[in-house]
Amino acid sequence: MPVVGLGTWITFNVGDDIVARDACAEVMRAFFEDGGRMIDSSPMYGSSQKVIGYGLDKLKQPPSLFSAEKVWISSGGRGPGQIEASRRYWGVPRFDLLQVHNLLSWDEHLRTLFAMKAAGQVRYVGITTSEGRRHRDIEQIMRTQPLDFVQVTYNILDREVEDRILPLARDRGIAVIVNRPFREGELTKRLQRHPLPSWATEIGCKSWAQIVLKFIVSHPAVTCAIPATTRVDHVRENLGAAHGRVPDAAMRARMAAHVEKL
Amino acid sequence: MSEWWTYSLSDFLLFSPRTYYRLFEIYNSAIWPLQLVSLALGAAILGLLLRGGVWRGRAIAAVLAGCWLWVAWAYFLKRYETINWAAEYFAIGFAVEALLLAWSGIVRDRLRFRPSLDFLGLAGLCIFLSALFIHPLIGPLTGRPWLQVELFGVAPDPTVVATLGVLVAAHRPHWELLVIPIIWCAISGATLWAMQSPDALVAPGVAVLILVLVAWKTLRPRQPSPHEA
Repeated sequence: MPVVGLGTWITFNVGDDIVARDACAEVMRAFFEDGGRMIDSSPMYGSSQKVIGYGLDKLKQPPSLFSAEKVWISSGGRGPGQIEASRRYWGVPRFDLLQVHNLLSWDEHLRTLFAMKAAGQVRYVGITTSEGRRHRDIEQIMRTQPLDFVQVTYNILDREVEDRILPLARDRGIAVIVNRPFREGELTKRLQRHPLPSWATEIGCKSWAQIVLKFIVSHPAVTCAIPATTRVDHVRENLGAAHGRVPDAAMRARMAAHVEKL
Repeated sequence: MSEWWTYSLSDFLLFSPRTYYRLFEIYNSAIWPLQLVSLALGAAILGLLLRGGVWRGRAIAAVLAGCWLWVAWAYFLKRYETINWAAEYFAIGFAVEALLLAWSGIVRDRLRFRPSLDFLGLAGLCIFLSALFIHPLIGPLTGRPWLQVELFGVAPDPTVVATLGVLVAAHRPHWELLVIPIIWCAISGATLWAMQSPDALVAPGVAVLILVLVAWKTLRPRQPSPHEA
């Protein structure tokens, strides 16, 4: 699995705007051309699922796609219906990964998802949270349920998950997806006011976005980060962080210390 | 929603400012030239407010109810719903306000105005005029294209502000008709605030002004009822 995926929160919620839909499809085209695989969405993201389906159809269903979706509904009984609606929007035969979004009715939905996995209707099962919420619950579920994936917020400034969740994921063999790597763009916007540090070239980074992403994906427990973008040049730049030298622990500490000072 | 205190306004924003304003551009293109009809309806309300007539309360209520219903269907359900799943609830709110306007203004003939405009009548008229002519300028003045203009009768904010102006101008306070427009001002303000739009405080500011004016109208010594409807 390439360590950089594609998030769709806000960026792909463009409704019926055909110009914007085509722009999203071009982002997807660049993403697949540069080796990306995981696209992540949710029923909560407005029209994002339909826009992904539009793009996949336009790109003739790229075989390398790793489809990551979520179930987000308070009624456990209505979960299967929502998942089926999501599948139709994407236009895929089945999802690779289904996650319980923000732990909403997680116990009921996990029963459904594990049953779907046993029946071959989905490959992997996971749970998600964002911005540090409900970490105690996440940890408890990771300890007690046979999860394949967990999705959390992690970036060079928000590192709470390093203490318990990431080590626990490694111990239990749970793959980790990282959302909000750029704090919805606020982090890169802030960093761009500063010159790139001299050590950036040592780890093959040409931009702050690549530095931030490389910090995330170089954590041994992280499987994939899912930055969202509306721009082709940005998606290519993001995927560039998947290449080059991987920072070691000493370099990671240096990176974090440098950004904290800015 | 657990840990609700950790959420900020921006956590509820599902779309980018670009997508939000493009929605008005696509909507305006799709309904053209209905904007001319809405402007004519706005001018008709203005004429009724200034010139009176036996049916003016009913006629104004009918026009406003029609505009609220149109916005509920054409804007919220057909357009905004494509980027915001909460739009169907907004549509319900706007449809309910249309029914309230029809019930109170048309069926019960409760929307009455004084023969000549007093201070509150003039204030209401100014607010109505601002919705008709100034509100559409906000977008272009803050750098948005003319095609994304928000007009009375077709876009929610100027329709709401215009309605609030009419309600301030009315002879009696109509608190039952104010609730939904005031709530919408708060929702619209919160949405624009989360998008860091420069006009985020316009609708909430109007709402506060309206509340002050209508509270004054409620608390001041009772005025004799106008002779004409």
